[in-house]
Amino acid sequence: MMSLRRIMAILRKELLQLRRDRLTFGMVIMIPLIQLVLFGYAINTNVRHIPAAVVDQSDTGLSRALIQMVEATQVVEFTQRFATIQEAEIAIIRSDVRAALIIPNDLAQRVVRNPAVVGTLPSEPDRPIGRPVAQWLVDGSDTVIAASVKSLRNMPLAELFRRPANAGTPTFEVALFYNPEQRSAVNIVPGLVGIILTMTMIMFTSAAIVRETERGNMEMLINTPVKPVELMIGKIIPYIVIGFVQAAIILGLGYFVFDVPINGSFAALFVVTLLFILASLSLGLVISTIAKNQLQAMQMTVFVLLPSILLSGFMFPYEGMPKVAQHIADVFPATHFMRVIRGVVLREATLAEVDFDALWLLGFTVVGMAVASLRFRKNLD
Amino acid sequence: MSELVVDAKGLTKNFGPKRAVDTLNLKIERGTIYGLIGPNGSGKTTAMRMLTGLLTPTEGTADVLGIRIPQKAESLKRRIGYMTQTFSHYRDLTVVENLRFAADIYGLSRRNKKQRIDDLLAQYALQDLTSQLAGSLSGGQRQRLALAAAVVHKPDLLFLDEPTSAVDPESRRNFWEQLFDLVDTGVTMIVSTHFMDEAERCHKIAILDKGRKRADGAPQTLMKDIKASVVEIEGPGLREAKHALDALKEIQSVAQIGARLRVLVNAAISDPISIVGGATNFSADTSFELVKPNLEDVFVMATKGDAA
Repeated sequence: MMSLRRIMAILRKELLQLRRDRLTFGMVIMIPLIQLVLFGYAINTNVRHIPAAVVDQSDTGLSRALIQMVEATQVVEFTQRFATIQEAEIAIIRSDVRAALIIPNDLAQRVVRNPAVVGTLPSEPDRPIGRPVAQWLVDGSDTVIAASVKSLRNMPLAELFRRPANAGTPTFEVALFYNPEQRSAVNIVPGLVGIILTMTMIMFTSAAIVRETERGNMEMLINTPVKPVELMIGKIIPYIVIGFVQAAIILGLGYFVFDVPINGSFAALFVVTLLFILASLSLGLVISTIAKNQLQAMQMTVFVLLPSILLSGFMFPYEGMPKVAQHIADVFPATHFMRVIRGVVLREATLAEVDFDALWLLGFTVVGMAVASLRFRKNLD
Repeated sequence: MSELVVDAKGLTKNFGPKRAVDTLNLKIERGTIYGLIGPNGSGKTTAMRMLTGLLTPTEGTADVLGIRIPQKAESLKRRIGYMTQTFSHYRDLTVVENLRFAADIYGLSRRNKKQRIDDLLAQYALQDLTSQLAGSLSGGQRQRLALAAAVVHKPDLLFLDEPTSAVDPESRRNFWEQLFDLVDTGVTMIVSTHFMDEAERCHKIAILDKGRKRADGAPQTLMKDIKASVVEIEGPGLREAKHALDALKEIQSVAQIGARLRVLVNAAISDPISIVGGATNFSADTSFELVKPNLEDVFVMATKGDAA
C-alpha cells in the first residue's frame, strides 16, 4: 500500500533542499534563459555577410558595378582585394575569407552574351551561347556557407543595366506553410524545449537517488517503512513542476522575443510536455539506480544528452540521416518529442495527429519507472 | 525468563568467499541493552543489518519482536529504530525539519506529530537549535538529533551502530544516560561498539571476532569468570620484560599501560606472581600486584582462542 503521507514527506523534503540549493535553483531558471538566447540568436542557417575576397582582373566600371551588386545581396561582404588568384587561395587557406570572386578580364564580352542581358536568344539548345560572367572560389567544407554562395549562382544580371529583372516562369510554385518567412527561430524554439528538458530533467533526477547514497542518507531511509516507489514519486513531482516552468519560459520568451507562434491548443501542449517530462525523469531515475556516484550520473547524462541534441532532429533533419542513425535516434525520447512539440506548436496538430510519438513517450515512461523501481532495492544483499 | 525480543539461531552471512558472520546465536531480553563488542570487521554491523532485514542471512533464522526476518522485514521497520554509524539525516535540513520528516515517514498523525516533536526537542535538549541546519551542529548535538529521529515513532527495539564514535566523553556520558531513560520505558537496544567503557554499561554483551561469537553474558559475570589472573608490574625495563614474558606459554597476553605492564596469566597457575617474577631478572624496585580483571582482559582472552 502506497502512503500519501510518506510521498508528501519526501516531496516536502525535496522542496526544502531545492530551496536551499541556490545553485540548482538558479540553474532551473538560467539554463532555459541562456540557452534560448544563445540558440535563438546564434543558430541561423541563413548565412549573411560571409567574408570574401575579390580578384578583379577586368577592373572596369562594369566589374565595380558587379561587385556592388553582389555585396547588395548581403550574402557576402568583400573584405579583401587581391591582384592574383593565388593570393586569394592563400587567404582562403588562412581562413581570412571563406570565398573569393574572380572577375575575368573579358567580363564585358561575357556580360553582353549573357541571356539575361541580351534577352531572348535564338534557340540553339546544343550550344549555349552565354558563359558565366565570373567565378567563385569557395571553402566548400562548410556546407551551409557553400550553399549560401551557391545561391548567388543565378543572381539576375539585368539590374546591371538598370533594367527590370527578367521574371521567368518558375517550374514549381512553392507554398511555405508554418514558417513563410523562413526564420530559424521558429524551428529552433520549440525544439529547444526538448533539449533543455532532456538536459535538466535527466541531470536532476539522475543525481537524486545517488545523492542520497553519497551523503549517507540512504542508510537511514532503507531502515524506515518508506517504499521505493514512494521515494521515486516524491522525488520526481518537484521536477515535473520545474519542467513546466522551463517549458513556459522557453515558449513564452520565444513568443514575445522571437515571435514564435503557438498555434496548437494549450491542452495538447500540456499533455505532450508532461509525457516528455515523465519520460525524461524516468530515464534519469534509471541512470540514478545504475550510477555509483554523482559524477557517474553526470557522465551518463551527457551520454544521453549529446545524441538528443544531434540526432533528434533538433539541429539536423531526421529524414536526412542514414537509416542506422534514425534507428538509434528513435531510442531517445527527445526524437519523438521533437516531432510532437513542433507538430503541436507550429502545425496546430492535435493529440490524435501525434498519437504514435505520444504513445511511445508514455510507453517509455512506464518501462523506465518499472526498471528504476525494480533496480532500487531496500536491502543491501 | 522474560520475553525474548531477538532470538537468532545459527545466523550466517557470506560475502562471496568471505564469511562475515558465522553461526551466530543471540537471545536478547526485553528492556535490556545488548552490546555487540568487537574490533572493526568483526561482523557487528553485518549482524545488525541481518536483524533489521537489510541483509538476507545465508543460513540461519532470526525472530525479531516475534517477526520472522527477512521474510517479514518490512512490517518490522515500523517497530524498530536504527541509528547509523555516521550521521545519516539531512545536513541541509534544520533540526525540526529532520524530525518532521522522520515523523511523516513513520506515519505519525498530524496531532501526534507536533506533540511528539515538542517532547523530543525537550527531552534531547534541542529546543534552542530547532531552526539550525543539521550540518552545522556539533558532534554531540548531531548525536542527540539522530537519537531523537530514531525514536520518533517509539520503537520497541533500537539499533545503535557505534553510536558515540564521533563525540566527546561528556557527550558520551549524557548519551548513555538518555539510553537508560529509554530502557526504562521498555525499549530494548542493540549497541555495537569497540569502546570497553561503553561495553561495561551494557546489561549483556556478546564478544565478536572474525564473525564468530567468542563469549557472551553480563559484563560482571564475564569478568568474574575470566580464565586468567591479572598481574600488574611497575618498575624499570618494561619493554625487555614484555619480550621475556611473551615467550612464556603460561602467559596469555602482555600489554603496556603507561608505566605498568598488564599480564594475563593462565587461571590454572596457582601462584601467578612468581611465574611473572621469574620470567626475567627484574630490578629490586619492581612491584608486582594481583589486580581485578577488567572487560578488556575478557576481550583479549575471548579473542585469543582463535590463535591457539
